[in-house]
Amino acid sequence: MGEKILMKGNEVIAEAALRAGCKHYFGYPITPQTEIAHYFAKKMPQYGGTFVQAESEIAAMNMVYGAASAGARAMTSSSSPGISLKQEAISYTACAELPAVVVNIVRCGPGLGGILAAQCDYFQATKGGGHGDYRLVVLAPSSVQELYELTVDAFNIADRYRTICMVMGDGMLGQMMEAVEFRDTEEKFETDKSWATTGSGMKREHNIVTSIYIEPEILEKHNLKLQAKYAEITKNETRVETFNCEDADIIVAAYGTVARIIKNVIKTAEKDGIKVGLIRPITLWPFPTAAFEKYAEVPKAFLAVEMSAGQMVEDVRLAVNGKRPVHFHGRMGGMIPTQKEILQKIKEILK
Amino acid sequence: MATVFKKPHALTDLPMHYCPGCTHGIVHRLVAEVIDELGIEGSTVGVSSVGCSYNNYLYFNCDMVQAAHGRAPAVATGIKRVHPENAVFTYQGDGDLAAIGTAEIVHVAVRGEKITTIFVNNAIYGMTSGQMAPTTLIGQVTTTSPFGRKPEIQGYPVNVCEMLSTLPGAVFVERVSTHDIKNINNAKKAIKKAFQVQLAGLGFSIVEVLSTCPTNWGLDPIQSLKWIEEKMIPQYPLGNFRGKDLEV
Repeated sequence: MGEKILMKGNEVIAEAALRAGCKHYFGYPITPQTEIAHYFAKKMPQYGGTFVQAESEIAAMNMVYGAASAGARAMTSSSSPGISLKQEAISYTACAELPAVVVNIVRCGPGLGGILAAQCDYFQATKGGGHGDYRLVVLAPSSVQELYELTVDAFNIADRYRTICMVMGDGMLGQMMEAVEFRDTEEKFETDKSWATTGSGMKREHNIVTSIYIEPEILEKHNLKLQAKYAEITKNETRVETFNCEDADIIVAAYGTVARIIKNVIKTAEKDGIKVGLIRPITLWPFPTAAFEKYAEVPKAFLAVEMSAGQMVEDVRLAVNGKRPVHFHGRMGGMIPTQKEILQKIKEILK
Repeated sequence: MATVFKKPHALTDLPMHYCPGCTHGIVHRLVAEVIDELGIEGSTVGVSSVGCSYNNYLYFNCDMVQAAHGRAPAVATGIKRVHPENAVFTYQGDGDLAAIGTAEIVHVAVRGEKITTIFVNNAIYGMTSGQMAPTTLIGQVTTTSPFGRKPEIQGYPVNVCEMLSTLPGAVFVERVSTHDIKNINNAKKAIKKAFQVQLAGLGFSIVEVLSTCPTNWGLDPIQSLKWIEEKMIPQYPLGNFRGKDLEV
């Protein structure tokens, strides 16, 4: 490991991608993630790669589709309204089984909404924002260090399974400056990309990258193949942090920025004699159901805290499966839940 | 016996699915002949679009990528940026290129992306059964302009070559036709030059090919060829708009 450097979250994402061997970035400006593009624009020439400022988020994601078809590690990034525009190409990329990384630095919605941090894109990311039966691997970092590590992981997961991997942070993480420690070299998952459209060289049959299968029997077979892949990902890639859950009076489910707040709540609550546990999903999809099952009968209740109207809480309820009540506390519009209000909610629940 | 006529190597043996009298097959053949003559099949990547030619990835022998409706120029950009040494072309219809894909085609030209677009214009949406396209002629009856296209309601046809030739990045822009042998030969020359311009790294090149749609025009194949000559060409004049004198 190298020395600790103070860096902005968005810039760390771009640096991580470069370290992971991503030489092709396609983007479109939108707050609060544009520093990612700034960083690539400046650095990409040194890496012999390409930075393209596309005409739209739609085009940017289609450029990723093209670059991934050609066998390259490629990524795009945006924030909520821009991610909505990318959904068409995300669905096509999933169906064509192209490895790609998409970063969403979530801002508050709906509509043009606002530019401050939120977690209101959970449904879109985990339940399929585009059409059809597909899944994204969704990684949810909660620190700048994790933005780095999970961005590198995203490229490896994408290549390993020929799938799209989304790194979903929020405006707070993207804009935050924090110490980050880079590794000297990155472990890169090496894989055979003989399927890529690189030009046949007249040495093989022509390669085809497509997302259309008109024959129903063939399309169903293709869907079954995708589902088998998603099952494999669920088995191998589910990630979660559990903290203070043994003998907890209440277990809070939170991810990203909110999980950081909960860690402080845990300390404050301790002074009042309340033991608060935390289950922090690091992969939002696949959702760490097993961690909730493990602790389902430990606390008196569960509480999901989100910067949304209540999205992840639905998965928490499914995982707890009626064994304990699952409560919700959320803020929206760019408002951040405070330690004080969360603690008050916990006390109300335990009363 | 001497071979006097054969299929270009860049085309596969698969029978094409196009309707009788449709000129897509001719355009495919011209592109394939050019790829053969330039000896670039092994270093060419084509991008299929959405429309009647959605699955022409099965007909070309080079590597092929299928793109979403209108997005072929963006997909081609990604492919070309990864392997700038390869020839990359998109094959798009007028519904795909001149309606939903307007932003993508304009900006691939704005960037002067070193790709070639084969733009097949038959003034109608073929695959979805004959709806009005941006290229539909004034007065033309389609399933979504059943009383004929009226300027006061549906506006005017879009002339893509004229529009793109205002952009410096579009270095070769030409409109050709398939309605007779002489024009088919001209079309091939234009397609070849468009690829050569790309290989020379000069910028974006596009060839608009006026094409038939007998099924949705409600005409027989011979009437359809006449319809190109008599109705389409007055709206879409043939000729070079940019790059005629480029040395390649």
